[in-house]
Amino acid sequence: MKLTLKIWRQKNAKAKGTFVIYKMDNVSPEMAFLEMLDSLNKKLVEEDKDPVAFDHDCREGICGSCGMYINGHPHGPVPAITTCHLSMRYFKEGDTIWIEPWRAKPFPVIKDLIVDRAAFDKIQIAGGFISVNTGAAPEANSILIRKKKSDDAFDSAICIGCGACVAACKNASAMLFVSAKISQFALLPQGRIEAKERVKAMVEKMDEVGFGNCSNSGACEAECPKQIKLTNIARLNREYFKAY
Amino acid sequence: MVKLISKIPDGPLAQKWTKYKASVKLVNPANKKKLEIIVIGTGLSGAGAASALGELGYSVKNFCYQDSPRRAHSVAAQGGINAAKNYQGDGDSIYRLFYDMIKGGDYRAREGNVYRAAEVSNEVIDHYTALGVPFARDYGGTLNTRSFGGVQVSRTFYSSGQTGQQCLLGAYSSLNRQIKNGNVTMYPRREMLDLVLIDGKARGIIARNLLTGEIERHAAHAVVLATGGYGTIYYMSTLAVNSNASAAWKAHKKGAFFANPSFVQIHPTCVPQLNEFQSKLTLMSESLRNDGRVWVPKTKGEDRAANEIPEEDRDYFLERRYPAFGNLVPRDVASRATKERCDAGFGVGETGLAVNLDFRDSIKKQGKKAIENKYGNLFEMYKTITGIDPYEEPMRIYPAGHYTMGGLWVDYELMTTIPGLYAIGEVNFSDHGANRLGASSLMQASGDGYFILPNTINNYLADEIRVPKISTDKPEFEETEKAVVERLNKLISIKGKQTASSFHKRLGKIMWDYCGMIRNEEGLKKALVLIRELKEEFWRDLIVPGTYSELNMELEKAGRVADYFELAELLVTDALNRNESCGAHFREEFQTPDGEALRNDEKYTYVAAWEYAGEGKPYIMHKEELKFEEVEMKVRSYK
Amino acid sequence: MSKVLFSSISKKFVMALAGLFLLTFLPVHLIINLMLLKSDPEPFNEAAHFMATFPLVKIIEIALIGAILIHIGWGIFLQIQNWLARPVGYVSGNKSETSFFSRFMIWTGASIFTFLVLHFFNFYFVKLGLVAGNPEDFYSLAHNLFKIPAYNYIYLVCFSLLGFHLYHAFSSAFQTFGLNHRLWTPVVKVVALIYAIVLPAGFAFISITLWLFR
Repeated sequence: MKLTLKIWRQKNAKAKGTFVIYKMDNVSPEMAFLEMLDSLNKKLVEEDKDPVAFDHDCREGICGSCGMYINGHPHGPVPAITTCHLSMRYFKEGDTIWIEPWRAKPFPVIKDLIVDRAAFDKIQIAGGFISVNTGAAPEANSILIRKKKSDDAFDSAICIGCGACVAACKNASAMLFVSAKISQFALLPQGRIEAKERVKAMVEKMDEVGFGNCSNSGACEAECPKQIKLTNIARLNREYFKAY
Repeated sequence: MVKLISKIPDGPLAQKWTKYKASVKLVNPANKKKLEIIVIGTGLSGAGAASALGELGYSVKNFCYQDSPRRAHSVAAQGGINAAKNYQGDGDSIYRLFYDMIKGGDYRAREGNVYRAAEVSNEVIDHYTALGVPFARDYGGTLNTRSFGGVQVSRTFYSSGQTGQQCLLGAYSSLNRQIKNGNVTMYPRREMLDLVLIDGKARGIIARNLLTGEIERHAAHAVVLATGGYGTIYYMSTLAVNSNASAAWKAHKKGAFFANPSFVQIHPTCVPQLNEFQSKLTLMSESLRNDGRVWVPKTKGEDRAANEIPEEDRDYFLERRYPAFGNLVPRDVASRATKERCDAGFGVGETGLAVNLDFRDSIKKQGKKAIENKYGNLFEMYKTITGIDPYEEPMRIYPAGHYTMGGLWVDYELMTTIPGLYAIGEVNFSDHGANRLGASSLMQASGDGYFILPNTINNYLADEIRVPKISTDKPEFEETEKAVVERLNKLISIKGKQTASSFHKRLGKIMWDYCGMIRNEEGLKKALVLIRELKEEFWRDLIVPGTYSELNMELEKAGRVADYFELAELLVTDALNRNESCGAHFREEFQTPDGEALRNDEKYTYVAAWEYAGEGKPYIMHKEELKFEEVEMKVRSYK
Repeated sequence: MSKVLFSSISKKFVMALAGLFLLTFLPVHLIINLMLLKSDPEPFNEAAHFMATFPLVKIIEIALIGAILIHIGWGIFLQIQNWLARPVGYVSGNKSETSFFSRFMIWTGASIFTFLVLHFFNFYFVKLGLVAGNPEDFYSLAHNLFKIPAYNYIYLVCFSLLGFHLYHAFSSAFQTFGLNHRLWTPVVKVVALIYAIVLPAGFAFISITLWLFR
């Protein structure tokens, strides 16, 4: 396959970036998207040029490292997958592919396609935990939880923290991310004890780091590689009102 | 000659740990705040240790190379986490879990450590549950378990196929709490490039800030490595592509012995390589072999599509070679048989390095619905990656490197041979012997981090309370930093023609071919030569653009690959030394007439702990003889 | 306390509350307007008179004006924050599948505001005595106005924009209040659709009838 890549290149956080065009020959449809970029980088490095910087690690859709904005979609046009699971089969001979970093004020570009997602960690540090010391836990089966609740908590807990929700949202809102964590703990009896403090602290931090406001347009849900549901956001809202 | 002292407490096996905890030295709370501990890695063991130590009041500095501690590779574990809760009432106990691990490890692990790992497993489940980890539950609200590879009880706790992720996010949350409380300082996107020793004790590290390239000095009273395994030495594996052994290797070169490096587990059912640029082999659950039949075409160079090949032209080689067990032979046997067929030229797919795993007959017999209920998720994932629909066509699978049982030698307190340097989780060698049982890696990593190290480290730090905050201006830091920078510059200044990854790939192939699933003396000797040649070529023809004082991912890779060349030699040396087949280590020369592993208990019931003697000098082996007081050594057989 | 009042969720809550309050006024307005279709001007003028003088309605009127101001003020404030949250946009656009009308709320909202100003000039300010006209005969005022085709075009366009705005607003408000339910949310969406079609269509029907058939 022959392809044209238009990749955002930016030397560092302060530099001005621009799109650079790369002509790719011999792209195999069996390649994963990131492997296609690996092959580009191999060529660049062999020419002693600066390779395209992007985050990636597990390459099996679970660590949440990878994330690029491809042709108008976070993680590319195929729903419910991460960039590392995107295959070149989904592209056609002669396609032009735009590759951009996540764009949001709280996710500043570090280099090329790498953005700083520390804002997510800050929100989790503010309250995304249950305060229990090692050794202080009660016998596991002394906490009974309805299976349905536990399964729902799991469905919220599978968020990988990639930031696609923020990238997709026209307002760069982090509500889906925050609501997933809030929901997981709100649904479990262990998490109820400090539910009020948690939701206050996390929402406050979310606002402080500069994410936009949710306008219920649902782009986050449509693009989430783990298919986290909008119902989580409604639950976050409820939890927030309950806290006051 | 250093004598390896395992420090196993006296007394009956079941009371060793209780007794140890009751008699170990403690540090009073006021002193804890003044003591600094560096923890490298934020997986289950690293994040677990950092949060538990933070809770105790120590000043902890936690490092990871990822942008967030939540991305450590524990996140990718699928199956589950074992514990001896006996919730099913099926006769499980701490002793049985201990016994299964010893037997599964083919009698090459230390009894005391393994028993303790089994003992704390229950506390681990309690703790994760309290942290809000949504383990699977039954309708009555109690925790559910499932059975897992090679054991007769149901003791594996799980969260769908994402148990590792759920446990890691639990550990990450407890870590966050300590960061908020100010007990842990987090240093993400840092790579440890060397260990700093002062008067023979581990006192700090040299790290590189991966974003700015800045070389940083960090001092502490003790250093804990929780950096995972070295499975990416094969280039492609089920590991994250950035997983590496560099921190452990640097510690090894500073005096920490490396034990049983040749014990590497190869997992039989992974998505195979689809193209030459492939970087990763994704694990597909082993359970697929319950209903899938493994086959290759009978003729070489078969060019018909799989579905068009008639029954008489298919070779169901597992069923043919192992009529009793068929497709359900143990992991290592399946892996070896697959490799044999592919090496003989019968493999399928573009690369010929894959075999078919066919569900046609099961779908015909049980209906598509039944198969979908059992494996729906896995089929979906497979289709996403490969574009092949397993309902219509056979899956293609191939074995891949998965877990390294070997690692830094540690004593009962999880301390390496360097005073003040600890190794926890996969990076140590301690609990799995020559082969790891399914769902016991999460268990061991969590146990080490949350429950064992926070007890044992006190014993060392109790004697350090008079040591004031360590200054990073000491000459030892100066010298180590200088050496680190020199090496970085050396890598950059080669200015050859080949990328770090291309060397890594070639090294991986050597390791895979000669020191993978099947090994023999001739091959291993050849591998040593090939590794040395390639290493020489690496230091002559590597290219790394840019400088070290900026974000430079090629430099990161190059450093890791350079270390892998050295570790590869040791791995092969260890495999060559061990003239027996045990667990995952299969030497062709040592097998029973029906192809089973043949142990040599008389000569090799020991841990081979290797000492680094200096550049170009042969490694020195130290033996820790293993004594089995509780368990009688038997031939491992699952027939 | 200011943290609570000005948190992103609270702002959304206030926005939704004000919006929903405005939604309740529209059916009342429509019912009264239907009297314009009668050939007898009396009932309509009486209703208009009642609306202009009854004390309780007066209070609600003030509340409505307040709600409009809050809804607009908060809407602009939130929108500016949202724009600031993404200082650099995407060159390849945003192709995510979203609820279509949610993308244009600020624009449909702004259009409706402009329309409201016009509408106030046409009617409300007459009542307040700010614009010339007989506040006792809104019936003729309306009939005369909708004889002018240009007004009809403007009003019809604005009614459709109002429909687009209402459709997202209605269901979105429930979500903002935290009311999202497996069974009831689809029902809310259907009700929103009906509301967003019936109300603007009703207003349009009246204006077209006055224009072409009276």
